[in-house]
Amino acid sequence: MSGPIRIQPGETFTLNVGPQHPATHGVLRVKMEMDGEYIVKAETVLGYIHRMHELMGENRPYPKVLPNLSRLDYLGAMGYTHGHVLAVERAAGIEVPERAEYIRVITVELNRVASHLFWFGAFVMDLGGFTPLMYALQDREHILDALEGITGSRLTYCYFRFGGLCNDIDDEFIARTRALIPRMRKSLKKYEALVTGNIIFRKRLEEIGPISPEMCRKYGATGPVARGSGIDFDIRKNEPYSVYPEFDFDVPVYHECDSMARYKVRMDEMEQSLRIIEQGLDKLPDGPIMPKRKPKLIKPPKGDYYQAVETARGSFGIRLVSDGTKNAYRFKLRSPTYSNMSLFDEACEGMMIMDALALMGSLDLVIPEIDR
Amino acid sequence: MGAYFSDIFFGLKSLFIGLGITFKEFFKPVVTVPYPYKTIKMCKRYRGHIELIEDEEGNPKCVVCGMCERTCPSECIILGSKAVEFEVEVKGEIKTKKKKVLTKYDLDFTTCSLCGQCVESCNFGALTFSKDYNLASSRKEDFHFDLLKRLKERNS
Amino acid sequence: MSLTIFNTVMAVVIAIAFAAANAAYLVWAERRGAGRIQRRPGPNVNGPFGLLQPPADGIKLMTKQLMIPAGADKALFMVAPVLAMAPAIVSFVTIPFSDTIVAHSMNIGVLMIFAFASLGTMAILLAGWGSRNKYGVMASVRAVSQNISYEIPMLITVITIVMMTGTMDLKEIVTAQSGGLLNWNIVPSLSSPLMPVAFLIFFICSLAETNRAPFDLGEAEAELVAGFHMEYGSMGFGLFFMGEYANIVIGASLITILFLGGWGCPLGLYPGVWWFLLKIYLVIFTFIWIRWTFPRTTIYGLLNLSWKILIPISLFNLLLTAGLLKVF
Repeated sequence: MSGPIRIQPGETFTLNVGPQHPATHGVLRVKMEMDGEYIVKAETVLGYIHRMHELMGENRPYPKVLPNLSRLDYLGAMGYTHGHVLAVERAAGIEVPERAEYIRVITVELNRVASHLFWFGAFVMDLGGFTPLMYALQDREHILDALEGITGSRLTYCYFRFGGLCNDIDDEFIARTRALIPRMRKSLKKYEALVTGNIIFRKRLEEIGPISPEMCRKYGATGPVARGSGIDFDIRKNEPYSVYPEFDFDVPVYHECDSMARYKVRMDEMEQSLRIIEQGLDKLPDGPIMPKRKPKLIKPPKGDYYQAVETARGSFGIRLVSDGTKNAYRFKLRSPTYSNMSLFDEACEGMMIMDALALMGSLDLVIPEIDR
Repeated sequence: MGAYFSDIFFGLKSLFIGLGITFKEFFKPVVTVPYPYKTIKMCKRYRGHIELIEDEEGNPKCVVCGMCERTCPSECIILGSKAVEFEVEVKGEIKTKKKKVLTKYDLDFTTCSLCGQCVESCNFGALTFSKDYNLASSRKEDFHFDLLKRLKERNS
Repeated sequence: MSLTIFNTVMAVVIAIAFAAANAAYLVWAERRGAGRIQRRPGPNVNGPFGLLQPPADGIKLMTKQLMIPAGADKALFMVAPVLAMAPAIVSFVTIPFSDTIVAHSMNIGVLMIFAFASLGTMAILLAGWGSRNKYGVMASVRAVSQNISYEIPMLITVITIVMMTGTMDLKEIVTAQSGGLLNWNIVPSLSSPLMPVAFLIFFICSLAETNRAPFDLGEAEAELVAGFHMEYGSMGFGLFFMGEYANIVIGASLITILFLGGWGCPLGLYPGVWWFLLKIYLVIFTFIWIRWTFPRTTIYGLLNLSWKILIPISLFNLLLTAGLLKVF
């Protein structure tokens, strides 16, 4: 509920939300000018976890940057690595075997479901409900177990290589993933009844934290935030990459522009990701996972390359400028959460602090990815 | 007026549905593993820190080509070697040849990013991932692994 | 005479011990219950079923240093935790556990309990204000507005019951409900057909009154971090914690006495203290169950609920009961 802003000089106080605050899920700091419970002005302060990933991308050879991309977003690491390998493959002209692309899509979508599950739990915890987080983590555990079985790691996978993958998937993974799909569908129904239908939850989200499509465009918001504001934009459909054109899936779009719309987009996306995984397992072709001919040293020809992918949080772009050497000349990451977060300052003006933090939760912020 | 009461009714109903779900979960078995008392076996491909593999004689298979050292993004592997002369019988003649022998394999696990590129780059199958995950210490030095020493300790 | 005084003193001591033991072990029950709901074991290391966890926590809290933040109002800061615990214990004195087990029976027991329950709000206000923390002040302001708006429907509901039974003595309210399930106040009767609704209102209000989820706005850990007790450590925090759980026992006892027939058996057989204890622990379990199921309400959602739904309905119930009592 956005109330009237009653600014009286000298009657406001400054509240520092963060850098250590349970609602910011990391080290984001929001300087809020408060009038009682109402926010008069908010200012997000970044940089507490800046690690210079872009510079690291420029001062070392391409393969050495691979593990860095998983560190951007520890919840949806696969998607970011996917963007990186696609960008370098496009630059260096490396052909990727079809099987590798299918496995990439399956793992990326699994990771998307895991990321959304964690977001779901953390979001409900922001609103004060602790138990859904535990249920979400139980489901996420099965996904992480499946991914750990093939990649050897649970969060920072580093599974993709230029040209393919480092390991092929095994029967155990396929069996686990097949078992996981009906389980997840059942769980989604449970969440629907436990959380989505809950009157307290609905009252806290419906018509709270409106983000207009204009605001989305102004700040470059993408992903579920834009789709919750009625903008039908998904890189997987609009600028297809990898083998996504061969899959049949929908892009959920809601026009309510409120926090509930963003919540519903993500819940629907999980179902769509399950559909993609199902189709991917059915269509999975045989073949190698690495190309036969692959340059020993990756030296993309001189040029300017860009590749965008749809990660769990929005569209993630990599701009790669090559000067023909084994290091990139410029390695620019366009991270979705950074843009999504920028609109928070404007969107939360005049809101109450509880609603503002619900809005912040609905943006799905992962701070290491904002600061890079 | 009707909307007012239907709001209350459906609101209450949704609350009772939620209570029903948590009540059912109350009687389901526990899913967690009581960690220090019970542990999970790590999967086959689990990527821990790296370990050297020995050959039949118990020496490391490593030929000190330095690929792992060069591919490592975090530059956390430091190799040391010395040249050793040894005699081989080639076509009935005894010749002396020189060979590099591993004298030092230091892994600075504090900076390792567990990407696994060192194991992949090794053309001699001399490296593997350890399944060790109970790594906790308050001292930084505990994570400077001397892999050669670990190999010897494993064999003895 | 001296024997009566001795008896009373003993009874008060037992009441305090009961309150403290309950407060300590309800924390354990809450954590175990939350664990079961979330499909994890909860505290299970100290002693069988983790039963030694509360003493361990107590020792830990007591041996820690009590930090007073710079700039805090020392007197208020120190007095607030005591104020949180004391009223809860005092209220136990007048609660009848059975027709013989009561520390001090009073003919205005209901009034006394509500008077002391309001004092608990004072503790939150002082704690938030005295610790000189912005989150604390916001939390205390919230808690006060919450408690004011929830005492109104709660007291209106109590007035309905007092009207029906014609007494404010808790013991007599229970006696009026003796003789089985059908005589309990929760069951609608001719003179008061809306009693289940009144029960629901009272239940919601006791949740809000004890600052339990989904109405724990005073300590909303997601936005106000820990609200009014965020600056408290050691036993200061411990007292707040124990006060909260003692208040829960009081709330559950009140629900049992006013609506669920106190120490009476549903079938009217073998009334006694065991029925009372069974009922209050069932109510407390419901409290725990609710806390671990629902998200937190907003401050305006909570006020809307109180002023737009609970107060009109409870007022209507009061008028209806008053009219019907006149008729029958």
